Amino acid sequence: MAPKGLDYEHLNENVKKVQYAVRGELYLRASELQKEGKKIIFTNVGNPHALGQKPLTFPRQVVALCQAPFLLDDPNVGLMFPADAIARAKHYLSLTSGGLGAYSDSRGIPGVRKEVADFLLRRDGYPSDPELIFLTDGASKGVMQILNTIIRGPNDGILVPVPQYPLYSAAISLFGGTLVPYYLEETANWGLDVNDLRNAVSQAQFKGITVRAMVIINPGNPTGQCLSEANLSEILRFCYQEGLVLLGDEVYQQNIYQDERPFISSKKVLMDMGPPYSKEVQLVSFHTVSKGYWGECGQRGGYFEMTNIPPKSVDEIYKVASIALSPNVPAQIFMGLMVNPLKPGDVSYEQFIRESKGILESLRKRARIMTDGFNSCRNVVCNFTEGAMYSFPQIRLPPKAIEAAKSAGKVPDVFYCLKLLEATGISTVPGSGFGQKEGVFHLRTTILPAEEDMPAIMESFKKFNDGFMEQYEDTRGYSRM
Amino acid sequence: MRRSVIGGAKRTTTTCLFLLNHAHHRSLLPPLHHRLDSSSSSSSSSATALLLLLRRLSSSSAASSPSPPNMPNPVSVQSINPKVLKCEYAVRGEIVILAQRLQEELKAKPGSLPFDEILYCNIGNPQSLGQLPITFFREVLALCDHPAILDKAEAQGLFRFTISNALSDSCLSYASADSIKRARQILDQIPGRATGAYSHSQGIKGLRDTITAGIEARDGFPANPNDLFLTDGASPAVHMMMQLLIGSEKDGLLCPIPQYPLYSASIALHGGSLVPYYLDEETGWGLEVSELKKQLKEARSKGITVKALVVINPGNPTGQVLAEENQRAIVEFCKQEGLVLLADEVYQENVYVPEKKFHSFKKVARSMGYGDNDLCLVSFQSVSKGYHGECGKRGGYMEVTGFSPEVREQIYKLASVNLCSNISGQILASLVMSPPKAFILSLSLSLFVNDFLLKVGDESYESYSAEKDGILKSLARRAKTLEDAFKSLEGITCNKAEGAMYLFPCIKLPEKAIKAAEAAKTAPDLFYCRRLLNATGVVVVPGSGFGQVPGTWHFRCTILPQEDKIPAIVSRLTAFHKSFMDEYRN
Repeated sequence: MAPKGLDYEHLNENVKKVQYAVRGELYLRASELQKEGKKIIFTNVGNPHALGQKPLTFPRQVVALCQAPFLLDDPNVGLMFPADAIARAKHYLSLTSGGLGAYSDSRGIPGVRKEVADFLLRRDGYPSDPELIFLTDGASKGVMQILNTIIRGPNDGILVPVPQYPLYSAAISLFGGTLVPYYLEETANWGLDVNDLRNAVSQAQFKGITVRAMVIINPGNPTGQCLSEANLSEILRFCYQEGLVLLGDEVYQQNIYQDERPFISSKKVLMDMGPPYSKEVQLVSFHTVSKGYWGECGQRGGYFEMTNIPPKSVDEIYKVASIALSPNVPAQIFMGLMVNPLKPGDVSYEQFIRESKGILESLRKRARIMTDGFNSCRNVVCNFTEGAMYSFPQIRLPPKAIEAAKSAGKVPDVFYCLKLLEATGISTVPGSGFGQKEGVFHLRTTILPAEEDMPAIMESFKKFNDGFMEQYEDTRGYSRM
Repeated sequence: MRRSVIGGAKRTTTTCLFLLNHAHHRSLLPPLHHRLDSSSSSSSSSATALLLLLRRLSSSSAASSPSPPNMPNPVSVQSINPKVLKCEYAVRGEIVILAQRLQEELKAKPGSLPFDEILYCNIGNPQSLGQLPITFFREVLALCDHPAILDKAEAQGLFRFTISNALSDSCLSYASADSIKRARQILDQIPGRATGAYSHSQGIKGLRDTITAGIEARDGFPANPNDLFLTDGASPAVHMMMQLLIGSEKDGLLCPIPQYPLYSASIALHGGSLVPYYLDEETGWGLEVSELKKQLKEARSKGITVKALVVINPGNPTGQVLAEENQRAIVEFCKQEGLVLLADEVYQENVYVPEKKFHSFKKVARSMGYGDNDLCLVSFQSVSKGYHGECGKRGGYMEVTGFSPEVREQIYKLASVNLCSNISGQILASLVMSPPKAFILSLSLSLFVNDFLLKVGDESYESYSAEKDGILKSLARRAKTLEDAFKSLEGITCNKAEGAMYLFPCIKLPEKAIKAAEAAKTAPDLFYCRRLLNATGVVVVPGSGFGQVPGTWHFRCTILPQEDKIPAIVSRLTAFHKSFMDEYRN
């Protein structure tokens, strides 16, 4: 028979190389178990609404009105919708050309990009140019677009933290580049050491790889740390010296659970540093409506802002964006609402604040319950979730467990997570999906299950873990690697 | 040709850069890329730049200042992915950028141009030109976006604000009973009723079930929800397939010429080869299998592995609707040659002539007795086209059949890197594939309920089908009017728009106009389109953006401006064309 176009052997090798653990083996097994009727607690994806978080009321009212603009003409609309939602819906419809049903500018609705720029000015204290802000279908699309622009071939390297959010590893293999890892130091609260970065770059160069960009995730995913201002300026200085674009994944900027290290953007730090850095370092930062207290994952809304990118390159990025026509318009409006929220005095303001504060305060409590819960378990150590939505405990697996995993043909942490899933219904992601130091094992859970369910979940985890350790641990103790 | 020379030069310089950098970690010079900037126009001057560089390098090796950047900025046009530079997308290209500038000018200084508005006929974006959305679809979407009203409506019997203004007030309170019902059904299909959550990477299962039923009803053959991948419009689905199929420039895809430039752009971006086959303008843009065979053979002789055939039906920009016989021959060809058939069927609802009907390739293949083992087939569908034209929603899907499980897994993995497509778009895709139906049941009920309640069951169906028919009939009239107008112009021939949303007239440009274009360093069709825009405010896309037989010139014009605007467009076009010809006639 003639070979067919889609024979597995003939597929794009880069596609085959892609790995994406967040929806990998564990997730598939969990879905199977769920079909069999088992109760599954999905803590594998940062997907708050799936775990019962209610959407904020106001933005949903505005978008519903934009979906059905004929409601705005009805005299009774005021019975169902508050005046500020009606006004906002009219405002956003006036910014579009043709409402939610028309393609927008490929970079996003100009009026919404202006609102994003105003937000960035308020946040950072530095002006931002709407022409350098592109709205996207979620932050992931933006990341893919930028990496696709940078990567020319296998000799182009991208510095990526390990552990990292696997979007980066997946996108880099898909575009045929090389991931150059730099390790976050678990014992230093997942801190980032610039000397380690330099080593990573020279090692890559030795292998013939030109490092062209560096990714930071702040607050960290899966590691949850918040970078300090000092650390960020070191990173920016490093990027300046090495001529790297900095890709700042800042999607968790609203998710901060401690007061010592508030979120500070890479852009603000860069501008504070002044010239030559502020004029030279190329920076692209990403944001989304999927995280924060919004958690509107299903909308697929995001943006990126470019700093110091030459206009000709911006044109190229625009061209590629235009091939996808436009990001979805409802999510653009969510983005507008997120960056330009209600103000004191608006009819819906109180409710909006109540809802958003409620979500953040509860997440803060959950972060605490989870970290403490993990730290109370045998052979488990866990840094506090300073920000983002995840807990990333280290599981010190006894040698016998590692052997058992090997004979079952599984990576040790996958083995552990599968057992955890079967025993408790808790669906996590093994640390190997994010990268970790050789011989060290982790798992990632989100901190998103409902606050009232949290104690029971942690208890069931502890029961499983301690039993597992009992089963596999020699009385002589575990190996500390 | 010129392009590839420049590209080659660039590659050399970047390689050298890398070598220099390799030898001299941390000591290259900031002005480096400026120099390259001015030197990339020919290989000899870039060699000079290189010499300069080497000289600079040897002199600077001793003096190492504390922290100068050691590399040119990585995101400069010289150092980005050359595949990005190579791809082109004319639908939003130069003409559109000029149009946006003119629009700004009009806003700033009304009356400063010979027209008072820009008419965007460049892109199939109906709602931006005033087409109204289908009420039922939007009601359901609004209710799903804000389900709190749903519960409130039920509790208080207050859901009284919907439906078109044409209905009297007394009807309003019950008018959209079925949109409430549909919204509830949809929400029940979503785990946790969470429209704000990421869904399964292929799309919400319940919605895929609904779409499956719609496909089965359309084709009369079974479909499978696991074959569906819901995407943010059809374009990302096309990209996904390109990603899967293209490994290098040795991998080719047969694409129609003229074609929708998504295909050329996406093939360029993924580094594959476009293998053109020409549609025959003489026979109403006919697709001849003999032409496919010829081009396939030629590509193979050049060492290209042709992996797939792209067919756009109804055609974009060409508007032809394929005859079933023709489709059978295409299917047979793909089966024999082991090609994946990529069927762009996003215009399936847009057919304007009674003698033609849309048949999906899946239906055609199945009716020939070909199943999963015989043919790899991908069908793309979108919420952006049809009578609904919901472009801004970015909803769509692809149905993939005939793939092995391990290939399917690769597609799933690609889909999962993007997490999922947007939920509103997913819901809308399910609505489009399963619109309101006439309720037989309500007819029998009508015997003993009053006239008012009779409307309840039928309400959305009636308004829905009135809206739908209104749009489709109007599109057919607009297509005809514009076609007739083009045909009446000197030197212009134009095939009928049997379907889709475009006319693609051929202009026989006078020699003098071609010379003038050459002098202005533009393609002749671009020259014409730019003049047209500057004189009339009408935005069309030059044929060169879609590909055309060398030496022929076309442009693509949508049939989407609202009907009341068409006469003005026709008269402006006519006047412009006349004066253009007067200026350049031989």
